[in-house]
Amino acid sequence: MSVVVYTESEGGKFKKIAQEAVSYAKGIADMMGTTVTAVAVNGNNTDELGNYGASKVLEVSDPKLDTFNAEAYADIVAQAAKEESAEVVVITSSANGKFMAPLVAVNLEAGYVPNVTELPKSTSPFTVKHSVYTNKAYSHTEIKTAVKVVGLAKNAYGVYENATSVEKSSFSPSINTGSVEVVSVDKATDKVTIADAEIVVSGGRGLKGPENWGLIEDLAEVLGAATACSKPVSDMGWRPHSEHVGQTGKPVASNLYIAIGISGAIQHLAGINASKVKVVINTDPEAPFFKAADYGIVGDAFEVVPQLTQKLKEFKAQNA
Amino acid sequence: MKILVCISHVPDTTSKINFTDGDTKFDTNGVQFVINPNDEFGLTRAMWFKEKQGASVHVANVGGPETEPTLRKALAIGADEAIRVNTTATDGYSVAKQLAQVIKDGNYDLVIGGRESIDYNGGMVPGMIAKLTDSNFVNNCIGLEIEGNDATAIREIDGGKETLKTSLPLVIGGQKGLVEESDLRIPNMRGIMQARSKPLHVKDPIEAQAETQTTQFEKPAPRGAVKLVDNVEDLINLLHNEAKVI
Ligand SMILES: Cc1cc2nc3c(=O)[nH]c(=O)nc-3n(C[C@H](O)[C@H](O)[C@H](O)COP(=O)(O)OP(=O)(O)OC[C@H]3O[C@@H](n4cnc5c(N)ncnc54)[C@H](O)[C@@H]3O)c2cc1C
Repeated sequence: MSVVVYTESEGGKFKKIAQEAVSYAKGIADMMGTTVTAVAVNGNNTDELGNYGASKVLEVSDPKLDTFNAEAYADIVAQAAKEESAEVVVITSSANGKFMAPLVAVNLEAGYVPNVTELPKSTSPFTVKHSVYTNKAYSHTEIKTAVKVVGLAKNAYGVYENATSVEKSSFSPSINTGSVEVVSVDKATDKVTIADAEIVVSGGRGLKGPENWGLIEDLAEVLGAATACSKPVSDMGWRPHSEHVGQTGKPVASNLYIAIGISGAIQHLAGINASKVKVVINTDPEAPFFKAADYGIVGDAFEVVPQLTQKLKEFKAQNA
Repeated sequence: MKILVCISHVPDTTSKINFTDGDTKFDTNGVQFVINPNDEFGLTRAMWFKEKQGASVHVANVGGPETEPTLRKALAIGADEAIRVNTTATDGYSVAKQLAQVIKDGNYDLVIGGRESIDYNGGMVPGMIAKLTDSNFVNNCIGLEIEGNDATAIREIDGGKETLKTSLPLVIGGQKGLVEESDLRIPNMRGIMQARSKPLHVKDPIEAQAETQTTQFEKPAPRGAVKLVDNVEDLINLLHNEAKVI
């Protein structure tokens, strides 16, 4: 009967979204008068999940699962849900979460709603609020099946401490890695990714050319931020596609999003709107981004950004 | 190779999003509908398979007659045939069930969907049809090559990409990268003329219950005005003390 939650980890370390997913699952479990069972695949230190309200952890470890495999992971979560007779399964709406959740849903004959931003309004009927039209609206949607799969939006619900003692149990589901096999991974390991970053610094066409990206990188470095860009910037090859954010690029839901030389076209804003605080730096006071931002500086990026980086360094040194 | 490209009919990205009927229905008034951008990248990749490897390309949509101009556009871009499953698309699962039937009936080797549609952002249809048709599945696909029965796909991951090996039958959730923006095709006059006489089959739906149902839409609360500052010290101060994000 418990609420089952899949907890994402990388290199054994649980991600912040895993803490958030457990916090959220605990919220649902409280509404339903039940408990939270977390599923951890090759995660170290699973005790940590108790801090957010998990009272049981099903630990799966297998070297075959070191690289993400949607089919196998989905199959594991579905088996866990069956084992626990779960009525609700929580999976984060991260890239991997969105890859596996539809497979889990079909396996469990469960209705699935992604990008959920709040606890259900009620659990019977089970109605959740989720973002649609790329953050331009919300939908309240009822999941009508006996088992429900909820995809939790990143950085919407928050992380809540809720110390609970954890019963750990080793779980040995059948592992079916299917026939999609990873042959190589090409990934910068020294950089924080847009998906995981608390702060994202993003540059647009206003930066004039790839040679000026040092401005963005220096600012990102002092802030421990990920770097991103607008679509034309990646289309012109100034920056890799993996940095393209917006409606047709990566979604951003960071705490702070700093847009530099980006006009704020509707397709750009849609994709970054889930960020909590938005700052714009642009020479044109009429740029639409000023209507979407919390803070703004009307000014030339080539002057403002180096100053900002310098002052932030001083600020960080003082507040270290 | 038989390819099916699943085409979602969505409001143009610049559309104003409004609702009617007590916020239960999307207001289509003045809204221009287009091929879902992620699907358009996939359709263009499919055209390359057609031109370079002799694949046949069909497109399918689950929806009412109002979606036919979008299917005709796909035919004008170069798809050979179109299929419309004549029912209202109610949720991702019911759409996936209908498409899975189209796929079984048509014996497609490769099914190209989009990572997500820009209206409901469900991102579930490709995965669900893969599971329902027992096919391999790659999401966030930004590169695809097929030789015989073998497929090599590139998937975007956080902070990079990975290369995957798999085989047909295969379903992908595609996005930009599958082809570049500059590779997208605008239908020309000849394509538009030809599209008129290409087959557009209207299929009766199978029984497929929706599992989820929208009860109400809601627009985000209007936001406060931007605070303009004229120096970086003030900005840092606000971000630290007021917004508490640094
Ligand atoms: C179907 C579709 C999907 C799209 N999807 C996306 C998407 O996912 N993401 C996305 O970003 N775009 C998307 N777009 C493109 C979008 O419409 C805009 O064209 C794009 O976001 C503009 O990028 P930009 O702001 O970098 O460039 P511009 O619009 O050219 O803006 C540059 C800005 O820089 C400012 N500037 C110039 N010089 C300076 C300076 N020295 N200092 C400070 N500011 C300066 C200018 O005032 C201007 O506001 C999409 C478009 C379509 C049609």
